[in-house]
Amino acid sequence: MDKQRRKFLKIAGASVVAGLGVPVIMKLSGEPAHAAGGNAAAAKDTLTKEASKAVRLGMVIDMRIFTDKPELLDDAISSCINAHNVPQFPDKKNEIKWLWKAPFKNVFPYHSSSYASKKIGKVDFAVLCNHCDEPPCVRACPTQATFRAESNGIIAMDMHRCIGCRFCMAACPYGARSFNYQDPRPYITKYNNEFPTRMKGVVEKCNFCAERLALGQEPACVEACQGTGAIIFGDLNDPGSELRAVLDKEFTIQRKPTLGTKPSVFYIV
Amino acid sequence: MYNKGIIIPGLLILVLFVTFPIWFNGFTTAGDLPKPELPPGGEKECVMPADYMRANHMKLLNEWRDNVIRDGNREILEIAGVKYPKGLQTACMKCHTQQEKFCDSCHIYVAVETNCWECHLTPDMATSKEATH
Repeated sequence: MDKQRRKFLKIAGASVVAGLGVPVIMKLSGEPAHAAGGNAAAAKDTLTKEASKAVRLGMVIDMRIFTDKPELLDDAISSCINAHNVPQFPDKKNEIKWLWKAPFKNVFPYHSSSYASKKIGKVDFAVLCNHCDEPPCVRACPTQATFRAESNGIIAMDMHRCIGCRFCMAACPYGARSFNYQDPRPYITKYNNEFPTRMKGVVEKCNFCAERLALGQEPACVEACQGTGAIIFGDLNDPGSELRAVLDKEFTIQRKPTLGTKPSVFYIV
Repeated sequence: MYNKGIIIPGLLILVLFVTFPIWFNGFTTAGDLPKPELPPGGEKECVMPADYMRANHMKLLNEWRDNVIRDGNREILEIAGVKYPKGLQTACMKCHTQQEKFCDSCHIYVAVETNCWECHLTPDMATSKEATH
């Protein structure tokens, strides 16, 4: 009897050890599978690295210069309006915004403005589409009317496809998209014959002057500020670009970085 | 035959009514083939032969649209020494300046409505606002 109990306990103990050991053995023998997973992760890394080699256009806006010369921003805005047939609706709620002005507290709502320098409170910030690396508007668009251009990272719009659902306006955390609630043509003061207008019922936004870049010109706002260094435009992925040199030298901030949209527009305040 | 006086004129009226499209087009200009006006500047060369353009201009326009906007291919075409930056306003309307006399002449005839001009500007539209401001 005693002998049998002893045998039973031995077998029970061995079974427990084996039971505990099996998952360990499984894990050890599962190593190749893990290695494959690692390879996939590595492949993904190289993919993103390759993607990051492509041109990603960006901008640094030096607010110190705009603070000294506020009329410079007016010039930039009017050159943008003229270049793209942007309508000027009298009612502020219908405003069409490509490049526009906003106060610090609206542009950088997450930055504390208590005890902020009085200068900051008074100056108008230059605001435009951030041409995000992770654009929420592109995810929201049901027709792919808005998309990220692979060749230069511009968040572009195909007006032929826009159905005016305004999902992108809800998705954009920067208010960079505007809807044409009425026919914009009567509110365009001067036509640029090289660029179309928009029609009632479509959303529009800054296009980083893709049509001017194609002709080898700088964006209209950059050209308006030429020689002042107020707006620096270039390729964020090119370590040799003037843009990267400025980003290396100066401390810059982005709008709402915590949202993970990776804006391509940087500010020197 | 009874009621000759009513039936024969009635039949005549019916025949006239049924054949209305035939004789109406014969007597008026409604049935004449449209004659789109060639470029006022006298240009003879287009980006493609006239036959191709007549049949496929809509396909070419869509192709250009996708090239320029979606694929970022804004390569400027050069045909017979003339440069054509792809686009309705930047290429087509530089020669075919009159929408009413060129595009509309056929499009109205075949009742195919275009909505190009809701956004794109004809040279006439563009100058209308340059003069006033």
